[in-house]
Amino acid sequence: MRPMRVTVNGETREIDAGSSVAEVVALLTSAPSGVAVALNGEVVSRGAWERTPLASGDRVDVLTAVQGG
Amino acid sequence: MSLPPLVEPAAELTVDEVRRYSRHLIIPDVGMDGQKRLKNAKVLVVGAGGLGSPALLYLAAAGVGTLGIIDFDVVDESNLQRQIIHGQSDIDRPKAESARDSIRETNPNVEVVLHTERLDSGNAFEIFEPYDLIVDGTDNFATRYLVNDAAVLLGKPYVWGSIYRFDGQASVFWAEHGPCYRCLYPEPPPPGMVPSCAEGGVLGVLCASIGSIQVNEAIKLLAGFGEPLVGRLMIYDALEMSYRSVKVRKDPECPLCGKNPTITELIDYEAFCGTVSDEAQAAALGSTITPLELKEKIDRGDDFVLVDVREPNEYEIVRIPGSVLIPKGEFLNGEALSKLPQDRQVVLHCKSGGRSAEALAVLKGAGFADAVHVGGGVLGWIKQVDPSLPAY
Repeated sequence: MRPMRVTVNGETREIDAGSSVAEVVALLTSAPSGVAVALNGEVVSRGAWERTPLASGDRVDVLTAVQGG
Repeated sequence: MSLPPLVEPAAELTVDEVRRYSRHLIIPDVGMDGQKRLKNAKVLVVGAGGLGSPALLYLAAAGVGTLGIIDFDVVDESNLQRQIIHGQSDIDRPKAESARDSIRETNPNVEVVLHTERLDSGNAFEIFEPYDLIVDGTDNFATRYLVNDAAVLLGKPYVWGSIYRFDGQASVFWAEHGPCYRCLYPEPPPPGMVPSCAEGGVLGVLCASIGSIQVNEAIKLLAGFGEPLVGRLMIYDALEMSYRSVKVRKDPECPLCGKNPTITELIDYEAFCGTVSDEAQAAALGSTITPLELKEKIDRGDDFVLVDVREPNEYEIVRIPGSVLIPKGEFLNGEALSKLPQDRQVVLHCKSGGRSAEALAVLKGAGFADAVHVGGGVLGWIKQVDPSLPAY
């Protein structure tokens, strides 16, 4: 697989071309529940992670739910 | 996307009210009409804690006519670093009553309704029903999903906010016009994965940063001006000092507000969120000792190693004499196992017993059959054995 560059939580990372949102999340955490992902400023709903591929230059934000109040 | 006002205007403002709200009235977007709508508004704030404190004070000052407060807790000294609606003389008083007294001083025109019971699936509909809008300032995932589900099922908008250390998030969830909390986070993190503020701490002023966003949005929705935070998630980073927002769409597959909902009534939220994982509960069963039993073991000179699984900064605040520190994370990644003796009993403890149960599950799985943990943790030790130590 050719690598491509994306920005994940502000840091540039090289990942396999054609990687999905789900695959990038798996790089960061083993427990995807309680996690939301924004791709280029828009949240990708949990059910669409596997079928949403990334493109070179994409900006991915992986957010964690916090409970405090 | 602007939305129509949630509330019809009150008939009139009194002379006193015109004087009090003059700085609102001269803003064209608010004006007499907007202020009369606030006067007629009924807002429920869930939790009179970190977020609820600034939210209640600013909603009261703004002239929201009826404020409901739901909180079953009492004021603790450790609340005062951030929960500015309560003061020194309120320690041990019910938070709802303390908050009511502060609101009366801030704005006596506000009618305050107290709900001092614990919000649960059995009473949420009845409590929410009379209100136009709900502000969520709770401190745990179970209640957050309960607030979301009850608001969606009743068709009410709510302003959500959550905080941890230096990070805050806020949004408006209103299923009629946009996504709900489950569209963003369909399920909570695994139990023990994301610490609460009691476990991980919170910068006091962060409550004001996020609580004021919540009030800002509440006022806009009630009076019907501006761009509401519907379909957007605000993300605040106090260390970087940055605010950014991401778009959130309604998830057509959302189990609550999607096309084919599977959640059509309130569920058991403790079970859904699981405060302690099943593994930890199983490990702790029959392998939990009390702080007094730990004291007896120490006094008898039993041969065991006492391991504190909290974080280093917590260990610095207060510790049980003779304990060694190995944070819970080292149990989860396996590093702790090589640091522990195979031939002596291991006794684990944390702040109150949750994290040590998680670590105990790892130890049991690795063959430490006689390992136990201390129910109630160091807080229990302070209460039962050595009250001279500081609780935190």
